[in-house]
Amino acid sequence: MPTIAPLDLDGHCVTACWLGTVPHFALADGTVHRLDGGHKHVAAHDGLLAATPSLDGKKLIAGGEDGKVTVMAADGKVDIIAEMGRKWVSSVAAGPQGAIAYGSGRSAFVLMADGKTREFEHPRSVEGIAFAPKGLRIGIARYNGATLHFPAAQGKPTELEWAGAHMGITFSPDGNFVVTTMQENALHGWKLADGKHMRMTGYPAKVKSLSWGPRGRWLASSGAPAAIVWPFHSKDGPMGKAPLELGTRGDAMVTSVAFHPADEIVAIGYADGMVLAARCADQKEVLLRRPGKGAVSSLAWDAEGRRIAFGSEVGDCGVIDIAG
Amino acid sequence: MSEAQQIPVTVLTGYLGSGKTTLLNRILSENHGRRYAVIVNEFGEIGIDNDLIVESDEEIYEMNNGCVCCTVRGDLIRVVEGLMRRPGRFDAILVETTGLADPAPVAQTFFMDDDVRSKTRLDAVVAMVDAKHLPLRLKDSREAEDQIAFADVVVLNKTDLVSADELREVEAAVRAINPSAKIHKTQRSGVALDEVLDRGAFDLKRALDNDPHFLEHEDHDHDHDHECGPDCGHDHHHHHHHGEASPIHDVSVQSISLRGGEMDPKKFFPWLEKTTQMDGPNILRLKGIIALKDDPDRYVVQGVHMLLEGDHQRAWKEDEKHESRLVFIGRDLDTERLKRTFEACQA
Repeated sequence: MPTIAPLDLDGHCVTACWLGTVPHFALADGTVHRLDGGHKHVAAHDGLLAATPSLDGKKLIAGGEDGKVTVMAADGKVDIIAEMGRKWVSSVAAGPQGAIAYGSGRSAFVLMADGKTREFEHPRSVEGIAFAPKGLRIGIARYNGATLHFPAAQGKPTELEWAGAHMGITFSPDGNFVVTTMQENALHGWKLADGKHMRMTGYPAKVKSLSWGPRGRWLASSGAPAAIVWPFHSKDGPMGKAPLELGTRGDAMVTSVAFHPADEIVAIGYADGMVLAARCADQKEVLLRRPGKGAVSSLAWDAEGRRIAFGSEVGDCGVIDIAG
Repeated sequence: MSEAQQIPVTVLTGYLGSGKTTLLNRILSENHGRRYAVIVNEFGEIGIDNDLIVESDEEIYEMNNGCVCCTVRGDLIRVVEGLMRRPGRFDAILVETTGLADPAPVAQTFFMDDDVRSKTRLDAVVAMVDAKHLPLRLKDSREAEDQIAFADVVVLNKTDLVSADELREVEAAVRAINPSAKIHKTQRSGVALDEVLDRGAFDLKRALDNDPHFLEHEDHDHDHDHECGPDCGHDHHHHHHHGEASPIHDVSVQSISLRGGEMDPKKFFPWLEKTTQMDGPNILRLKGIIALKDDPDRYVVQGVHMLLEGDHQRAWKEDEKHESRLVFIGRDLDTERLKRTFEACQA
């Protein structure tokens, strides 16, 4: 039986994640809490808008209402790596070789391993930002599409066009696809080799959480009363294929999804705080957490795939140990 | 989330120099018992340092639904979502638009985005108008006119800079563009704050109660485009000439007031739907109280372009006449067709 170590915090959990084996919870008020031989916390920002662990899992990168970008080490030490004044830093991303990207207003910035920062200005707001898995390449979600840059090289960006407002962005782990979440209740994808479009629609709500399965074979998404899991096994992605619907419930929407690091199992968080795990192969479900006080806002597996850190919109966070 | 927990949002429009910043500074500094989060386009002129003033790039996003007038402010979605993750710091939100802004995308954001809609409610659109420069603005831009047409409250500012005659003309122009807005005449943005904040103008249950004389003016012939509505301030009265187009109102917004008896819901709703689909781009605002046949309750509707919202409001009082009243504010509307088709919906 799974067991739960609850951590009741006060406020919206933006990101639950792991630095090494220690679960971290970054709250909207700017505090970052961790369970490291007891409950510890640090004030990283005055208002935190986005946070993500570095790819090596050793640091937490965050951006905030205070216009700062910070990097927090596992011991809680916070370094400010950029200050934008009064502008909100609304998106952050972690890249290969320790690169960090962040978005503020209509600009995206990339801090590279050599310590240099490059700014990419856009005609419209940078809504979302993500690194490609290989090479130093970033993708920006924007109005009417996405823009891809190579920060280490000069040259024209690649523009991917699709009418509408694109809010979030992710690259598939093999780097072959870019997928955006939209202001409409839909995802949009591009196959980078030929620019082919993929429309993934039919969601009753906006998609806010995406997670790639192991080896990029699946893409799980929130925004429906089930986790909608698109097949990306073939070279054309999910075109013409129906997605899996995992953990379907009649009474609550899925608000957060996270794929297991090695197995084709998705952790699914709901608007009422429930957490399930469901397997792609046979759609079998296991209840991991009963409904709580608020919607699950973030889920993250540890590297071993044994524990899940979860955060909620009202602060009832915790860690689920699958093996108990 | 229940209505009580929804944070009210006031939208403040107005041209550069109309006194918006002065009003904003008053809202931020005066003791009125409410804490405001303020979303501005440029932090520049506000002389107050406050964590709850957020600078945001105005981002108009067309919705991908084939409806050209369905636009939202993308930046507001992001900022409101961020603000609402830390509730308890403020009681209300104020959005200041740029001078040339079209207020529709701002208002529509609060109807069209589910997350924003679940956590906030649009309270009122307030237009600041510079009494001295309005005639010129109306001549050279469409935005000044749109802002007035869209407003629930018009603050006619800088009245000390015009003569009594000029002020009458300016007021008549505002009335001609928007007969149902409340007008406050003031100097140096000195309007009482409770006249612009917490108005509930978009609250169907409340809006028309605040405005008991909604469309209850003398019936006019419908052969002219502009009809003056009631003056709604209860404690002061102004004179204006019903039905006379104002001399400086050489612009394109018109308001059409329709009235009829009890409506057949099977005809009325499809008609309203079709009308807003067809004329949506030209309809800036619509408001109405509808008497439906065999329905003991008043039905209230409001709309912004193609977006429509309607609800039962309250029971008809015994001495109230069961009649339907609907006002359209917009451009290039066919008064005769609207009147004829509206009347054809009567039971």
